[in-house]
Amino acid sequence: MNKFNLMMATALAAGLVAGAAAAQEKVRIAFTDPLSGPFATTGTQGLAIYRHSVKELVNEPGGLLDGIAEFEMVPFDNKISAKESLIQLQVAMDQGIRIIAQGASSGVANALTEAVAKHNRRNPDDPVIFLNHSAVDPALTNDKCQFWHFRFDANADIKMDALTDDIAANPDIKKVYVIGQDYSFGKAVAAAAQRFLQEKRPDIEIVGNELHPIGKVKDFTPYARKIVGSGADAVITGNWGGDMVGLGKAVMGAGFDKPIYTYYGATSGITAAFGEEGDGIVKLVGAGQVNPAPTPEAQEFIEAFYVSFPDLDFGQPQMANVAPMLAAAINEVGNATDIKAIAYALEGMEYDSIVTGKTLMRESDHQTIQTVTVQGQTPEAAFDYDNSGRGMVAETVVELASNDSPTTCEMKRP
Amino acid sequence: MALFLVNVLDGFVTGLLLFMLCSGLTLIFSMMGVLNFAHASFYMLGAYFAYQISLVTGFWVGLLVAPLIVGLIGALIERYGLRRVHKYGHVPELIFTFGLALLIEETIQFFWGKSQLPFSEPAALDFAAFAIAGNAFPAYKVFMIAVAMGIFLTLLYILTKTRIGMTIQAALSYPETVQNLGHNVPLVFMCVFGVGTAMAGLAGVIAGPVLGVFPGMALQLGSIVFVTIVIGGLGSLWGALVASLIIGWLQTFATAYDVTAEQVLTAIGFTKPELIWDHPLQDLWTLTLPQLGPILPYLLMIIVLVLRPQGLMGNRES
Repeated sequence: MNKFNLMMATALAAGLVAGAAAAQEKVRIAFTDPLSGPFATTGTQGLAIYRHSVKELVNEPGGLLDGIAEFEMVPFDNKISAKESLIQLQVAMDQGIRIIAQGASSGVANALTEAVAKHNRRNPDDPVIFLNHSAVDPALTNDKCQFWHFRFDANADIKMDALTDDIAANPDIKKVYVIGQDYSFGKAVAAAAQRFLQEKRPDIEIVGNELHPIGKVKDFTPYARKIVGSGADAVITGNWGGDMVGLGKAVMGAGFDKPIYTYYGATSGITAAFGEEGDGIVKLVGAGQVNPAPTPEAQEFIEAFYVSFPDLDFGQPQMANVAPMLAAAINEVGNATDIKAIAYALEGMEYDSIVTGKTLMRESDHQTIQTVTVQGQTPEAAFDYDNSGRGMVAETVVELASNDSPTTCEMKRP
Repeated sequence: MALFLVNVLDGFVTGLLLFMLCSGLTLIFSMMGVLNFAHASFYMLGAYFAYQISLVTGFWVGLLVAPLIVGLIGALIERYGLRRVHKYGHVPELIFTFGLALLIEETIQFFWGKSQLPFSEPAALDFAAFAIAGNAFPAYKVFMIAVAMGIFLTLLYILTKTRIGMTIQAALSYPETVQNLGHNVPLVFMCVFGVGTAMAGLAGVIAGPVLGVFPGMALQLGSIVFVTIVIGGLGSLWGALVASLIIGWLQTFATAYDVTAEQVLTAIGFTKPELIWDHPLQDLWTLTLPQLGPILPYLLMIIVLVLRPQGLMGNRES
């Protein structure tokens, strides 16, 4: 009897393994973002969003190619360094991975997009596709655009377009102070703010436009004094990380109680650091929205995210689009190995996202067009950030934001 | 004028905060003869401990307990680490403190993670003490001034007016003689190290809510602390105070006033090139004082080293 049981168990196990093997053809995505060092939170959060969307939106509902394959995330730690990223790209390619995802830092994205383009020029039969989920330097889909790069986030100009819509609609705002970090992104934000404000509300006066050294300012109080002293009705900043916290706390501490428009003024500890003081003041522009969940599916999806990752935030909704859109392209092509056909399928794709509404991968420059929202910090958010009891709720919603925005991209197609 | 006053006060707060860090470091320097690279790490430890304690008991207990724990850790490190390394000379000591700084940073990341921690000022001090022409001056900053001044006066009193202070000063200058007179010099050193690190810890506690609690906070202040004690004169308490205040005001005023290179250059007779965006000297013409601010302390250090190598108030080492 015992022997029989054992035989049965062995047979059963063998059957399970065989069954699993059938469904276990893995399509691997190399996730290349900082997973250690000061920006590890960003990478860890992104990886969690990917894993969750791969599981909930692709693998569990039926996998790829009628269930014979599924996605697998393979994390690579690039320490947010361009040099390290190129090494990791090589490692990933050596392991046979042809799908590369990255997003933290436009500097890294610039290096990767060049490396991928070069590789594909030299190996036209074995190309690599680069899925950029959050690097927002406009150049990536303009002067530096290339066929193998796809951006899923709204770029800095698109975000500024939506942000200035919100400002333009507020007649109380007559003076704006623009402050940012002294590098390419900070300058791009300042230039875009100036351009869009001039276009939409020429009566608004830009009372300050300054750049501060990135990551070097210990105390933002003198900047805060200048902002208060200038009589500004709103602040616009592209600051992130410690510079965002420092600036925000100093400005609010100096008695500024008007809107502070940010690109990265939430999650990763920032919402908790601002606390009650930031309610009604801190605004954030971003793709899609978390609060209120735009669809019942999104509600369920985000709830499940917080169950699986209670210590992390669902901070970048657009990242949940990458896996399902890629899956749609693979299913359309009928296999997961013809990267060129997959890239062509992704180009021009229309996708109904649960978090970013109607979403298009624009053919001309591979820039995703989607819902962009301006969100405000409040304690009445269903899904909070940093377990702080407060979160970001959409206040202005722009569907298919900047759909008609121009691009300087001259795409060369293989 | 109102804004000038506000900036004077802000710079004063920045300077005093710097002083709390430097006072301990400069004492430890006169004792060990080498810089303690891990000093800013004790500042960071203070902030993290206070945050952790404040979760359970509120801010005030953290303010008292966290520096004590940091001081105790500092004393233990001196007793069981530095003292053993000391006999091999200065270079191993230097490397020891350097390694310690890295170790503390990694340990902190291991336990508390890499993001900013929500450490805020106590509710009792979360209001504007007064306002000068619409610029609120938080009550918490008044509290910071009071704590730093209290520490300075206490230290000054202990070091110059009490028996313990005299023993310490004697032990710092002539350790062998003091030892021969029957004092326990190693114990004195351990206490100085403990008190110095405790003060760094205290600085961390009170700076945490203002400057933020994150793993990079030690690195951010690390270099400026060394610059300050070099300017003030290594080993001099008064020097540390004067240099801290100078740097505090220097940085605040440099950021506060938007003097541009263009204004200066045109004032002394140069004309701005028409096509500035393609001009080779574009960076020079578009420079502003706030951009220069962060390098001014280093510039000052170089000037002081050239003109007065012993620092503003230091005694030349023979």
